[in-house]
Amino acid sequence: MSHDTPRKLTRKEQRDVDSKTRLASPAASLIAVLIAIFWTVPTAGLLITSFRPQADIRRSGWWTVFVDPAFTLDNYGEALQANNMLNSFVNSFIITIPAVIIPIILALLAAYAFAWIDFKGRSILFAAVFALQVIPIQVTLIPLLTQYVQWGLAGTYWTVWLSHTIFGLPLAIFLMHNFMKEIPASLIEAARVDGAGHVRVFFQVLMPLLVPAIASFGIFQFLWVWNDLLVSLTFASTEYSPMTKVIAGLSGSFGSKWYLLSAGAFISMLVPMIVFLSLQRYFVRGLLAGGVKG
Amino acid sequence: MLWLMKPETVPEKIFVMFLAIALFALVMGIVLAVVDRPRLPKWVPVVGYLGPAVLLITFGLLWPGLLTIKQSFFDHQNIQFVGLDNYVRIFTDTLFLTVLRNTFFWVLIVPIGATVLGLIYAVLVDRTPFEKLAKTLIFLPMAISMVGASIIWKFMYEYKPEGVNQIGLINQIVVMFGGEPQQFLLAPPQNTFMLIIVMIWIQAGFAMTVLSAAIKAIPDEIIEAAKVDGATGMRLFWWVTIPSVRPAIIVVLTTIAMGTLKAFDIVYTMTGGQFDTSVIANEFYTQSFTQDQPNIGAALAVLLFIIVTPIIVYNVRQMRISEGER
Repeated sequence: MSHDTPRKLTRKEQRDVDSKTRLASPAASLIAVLIAIFWTVPTAGLLITSFRPQADIRRSGWWTVFVDPAFTLDNYGEALQANNMLNSFVNSFIITIPAVIIPIILALLAAYAFAWIDFKGRSILFAAVFALQVIPIQVTLIPLLTQYVQWGLAGTYWTVWLSHTIFGLPLAIFLMHNFMKEIPASLIEAARVDGAGHVRVFFQVLMPLLVPAIASFGIFQFLWVWNDLLVSLTFASTEYSPMTKVIAGLSGSFGSKWYLLSAGAFISMLVPMIVFLSLQRYFVRGLLAGGVKG
Repeated sequence: MLWLMKPETVPEKIFVMFLAIALFALVMGIVLAVVDRPRLPKWVPVVGYLGPAVLLITFGLLWPGLLTIKQSFFDHQNIQFVGLDNYVRIFTDTLFLTVLRNTFFWVLIVPIGATVLGLIYAVLVDRTPFEKLAKTLIFLPMAISMVGASIIWKFMYEYKPEGVNQIGLINQIVVMFGGEPQQFLLAPPQNTFMLIIVMIWIQAGFAMTVLSAAIKAIPDEIIEAAKVDGATGMRLFWWVTIPSVRPAIIVVLTTIAMGTLKAFDIVYTMTGGQFDTSVIANEFYTQSFTQDQPNIGAALAVLLFIIVTPIIVYNVRQMRISEGER
């Protein structure tokens, strides 16, 4: 069928026509739908559970709500009061915001130097920074903790911010550098001829063009820090712990208190889901540019 | 000054947060102002722009990394040199052999499982009317924390004794088909595979996104030519689509393998590493922080580093190839 399609069709239209034949296969559709169900039902199950009365959760499966609906917001109320959940929700924000802003700025400056200032040993240093992405953060935790204890800072926000900043830097520099290299050199030359110093070139010429790059990395770092467990387990004291740590703790100690766990888990998942869904475009862009961290 | 270190109320905490950001901005502002003055030697701006990042990376990654390597050759008090003893223990003690075996299963099954599912799904929903929604559904687990995903799946695996209503979906299905409800997370070795499913569930969205982009980038001419030669359906998939996205597949496999090696959250949240489910990343934490054996922890971390490195090198090479083709 594709031969006699008129040449006028654009590439995309042409492919749309082609793809219709492909999904016509019922088996293919069935597999796609099955995968989609398998990826959605577990989350939906816990979400429904979080709105069910405590007694119902213990007595019957969440799927029974379709014949016998009973919903309540009590679980959310209790979850926020229990085990400092509200406090840890606040902590999650307080940890995340500086731990996203600070590495972005540091990485932008470093990437600027790597991309647009010519100096001896530039490529070797850049390769070294890039290579440091290899280091699993596990390797760094004990010496860092020892250092923080010596400084008398252990357990505070300050060490958590510092650690997240450091762990985010290699990837951030790498990504920002990639994006920055794509900006035409002529733009920067022109600004320099006009007598602009580094600071003006950086803020007036580069920054506006880098907004998508900043958004890409910003989402990564946001999700990474918000969802992190290992760094906060190691460095944050109980009082300054984020939601992930509190929920992981609840999972161990009250394995059967599903009314608390389900509501708590969804409170913690709400924020990244909103960020992700509203900025998905940038996230995918960053992902395809090589922005993945273990 | 104490509350700067230990703020107690929410307003205090928020104030400290803004103070930290302002302090950082001030320091960076001063640095930039100093290095931006005209007629300074050329290395001054380089130091100003690169210095803070390089300093932090050296302090927080390089230096601790070296200390950990050293610690892995010493005893648990970090005083007595013990040579390779810590490593020997890891490779001889049954506990650690189980950990190594589990890690092997994880790093073998998760990348393959996630990539295969992601690839199939990417092909199936490609250019269908509901592509965007379909992709978002699979992708969403990437946004939530591994802790959240673990809770979601722990509930799926929840067990109630026979005769009582099941509240976990999987046991409900087992019971519906006349089976006996099972404690999925307690019995080794199957419990490790139950945890692996969770990681596949998280990672498939990543595989799908990257592979979907690669599939869309296959030149029309290639597909046209194959169709002229009579390739359709499965044959088109095997002989045209897969070879065309091969570099992307390798990037995805290796990236997921790295993520899997370092991931500790799922095991920690779902079983705490008990019932023979521990992996290197989790055992590192247990040995270092709860068993008070930082020397074994250090050796495990170094081992992790040694396993991850070749995968990353390979990954970067393939990424270059993959980008060249894009």
